[in-house]
Amino acid sequence: MVDLKRGAAIVGINEHITRYSPDKSELQIQGESVIKALEDAGLTKNDVEGLFTASSSIRNSGLNLADYLNMYPKYVDNTTVGGGSFEFHLSHALTAISAGRINCAVITYSSLARSGGVSVGTGGVARFGHPRLDPSPDSFEELYGLTTVGLYAMIAQRHMHLYGTTSEQLAQVAVSTRKHASMNPEALFRTPITVEDVVNARVISSPLHLLDCCVITDGGGAVVVASPELARSCKQNPVWVLGVGEALAHQGAGKRDLIEIAAKQSTTPAFAMAGVTHKDIDMAMIYDSFTITVIETLEDLGFCKKGEGGDFVSGGRIEIGGELPINTDGGGLSSNHPGMRGIFLLLEATRQLRHQFEGTPRQVPNCNIALCHGTGGALGSRHSGGTVILGRD
Amino acid sequence: MPEWNKPLPSVVGETKPYWDSCKRGDLVIQKCDDCDEYQFYPRGICSNCWSNNIQWIKSTGKGTVWTYTVTYQNRTHGFAQDVPYVLALVELDEGVKMFTNIVECEPSSVQIGMSVEVTFIQANNQISVPYFRPA
Repeated sequence: MVDLKRGAAIVGINEHITRYSPDKSELQIQGESVIKALEDAGLTKNDVEGLFTASSSIRNSGLNLADYLNMYPKYVDNTTVGGGSFEFHLSHALTAISAGRINCAVITYSSLARSGGVSVGTGGVARFGHPRLDPSPDSFEELYGLTTVGLYAMIAQRHMHLYGTTSEQLAQVAVSTRKHASMNPEALFRTPITVEDVVNARVISSPLHLLDCCVITDGGGAVVVASPELARSCKQNPVWVLGVGEALAHQGAGKRDLIEIAAKQSTTPAFAMAGVTHKDIDMAMIYDSFTITVIETLEDLGFCKKGEGGDFVSGGRIEIGGELPINTDGGGLSSNHPGMRGIFLLLEATRQLRHQFEGTPRQVPNCNIALCHGTGGALGSRHSGGTVILGRD
Repeated sequence: MPEWNKPLPSVVGETKPYWDSCKRGDLVIQKCDDCDEYQFYPRGICSNCWSNNIQWIKSTGKGTVWTYTVTYQNRTHGFAQDVPYVLALVELDEGVKMFTNIVECEPSSVQIGMSVEVTFIQANNQISVPYFRPA
């Protein structure tokens, strides 16, 4: 296989500051994000040859976005596999750039999940609009009142049963993430919380409490990806794509044990391509739709053994200053989660690798290599996993 | 028969034998004659070997709770008034898992590994929905 390591770099980023924008369209939020991300890179509209986006609300998302921005991309990718879609996009942009098809791509996303009143986690089948069931798999699943949170809660329940994981260990993920959010002025919730706050909050779907669940916000962002040659001429220091891996996981016709998630498959090629080990990872952005998502992901990525995730997240290990700081922006649990969150993992990892917070408590010390893992869909039924390893010069 | 206020399954050729059996009070699953693998949910091909040489087998209707959650919030009409209810994955004795609700018991009594058996609730003249209850 062609060596893709360092075949492309993130050269521009923007996280839209909004958490609530009832007066804007989703395409406007994407447009504003793309413009600022290109400014960040020192590039212009004319440099962009590839357009990557995903949406659960914009019909024909790439086509409508190109129209709105009046762009004529020669490479288009609308891979939509839930919240982790944007890790897949970066993986595909790396391939397209390495193959010489394009020199510059933009990845962008936005959603008005909060101002639109979308019950992302608890909407049941109505989250898809009119509750008309497809012949399969809906007609064998949605009849029973599935919710997104329920599909994660079932895996949490199984994890507790098999490994003795506790509600307090799950809660620790929310507590550490909130601590990081307290350092991010743009985070939705910044007031520190305790383990007791989490386990005493009302149960949404057992064993998951309200504070085990991500927030619902509006928001968006953009990432500019460039070839090595173009990256060297950009304003910012490049953040290199060192390794990528992709996976889809599902019930396997009723026979797969989904306690093992997609990350198990996507992690190996990502580390092999990057040529690094787990000890080399200075910080990680782990998709945190729910607290259980983080514990399962850390295990199957290989940061700890299966079943030991509850111990791993305890004792400050996942906080800045700990062995593996994660979700240093406050994550989906506290900062923002506009329907899909994968793009924000790339944004915060890039900020940390640029040492953008140098001299403040939010900066991960000596941050040279970061890992992002996006999860999309639902752990208990079918989901995607995209692993990306990034590094600075 | 009380009015059914939940979504109804959409029935097509590849799934009609399943729903027809449910109407008769039988839970059926598919088995491939070429590779001998069971599968669930039903489909027009064997998902393992892609053969179309599949047959319908009457399940024992018995199994165990593989995992579950007690749902306290669901905004969909038909479920909103049912909370708390138990959403579960039941592993049938034949070895395939299916989504269901555990009914006819207190939600707090449900545990992983508990034995359950199928029961049907008639939604209308065409559709009966399989649920599970403690066995």
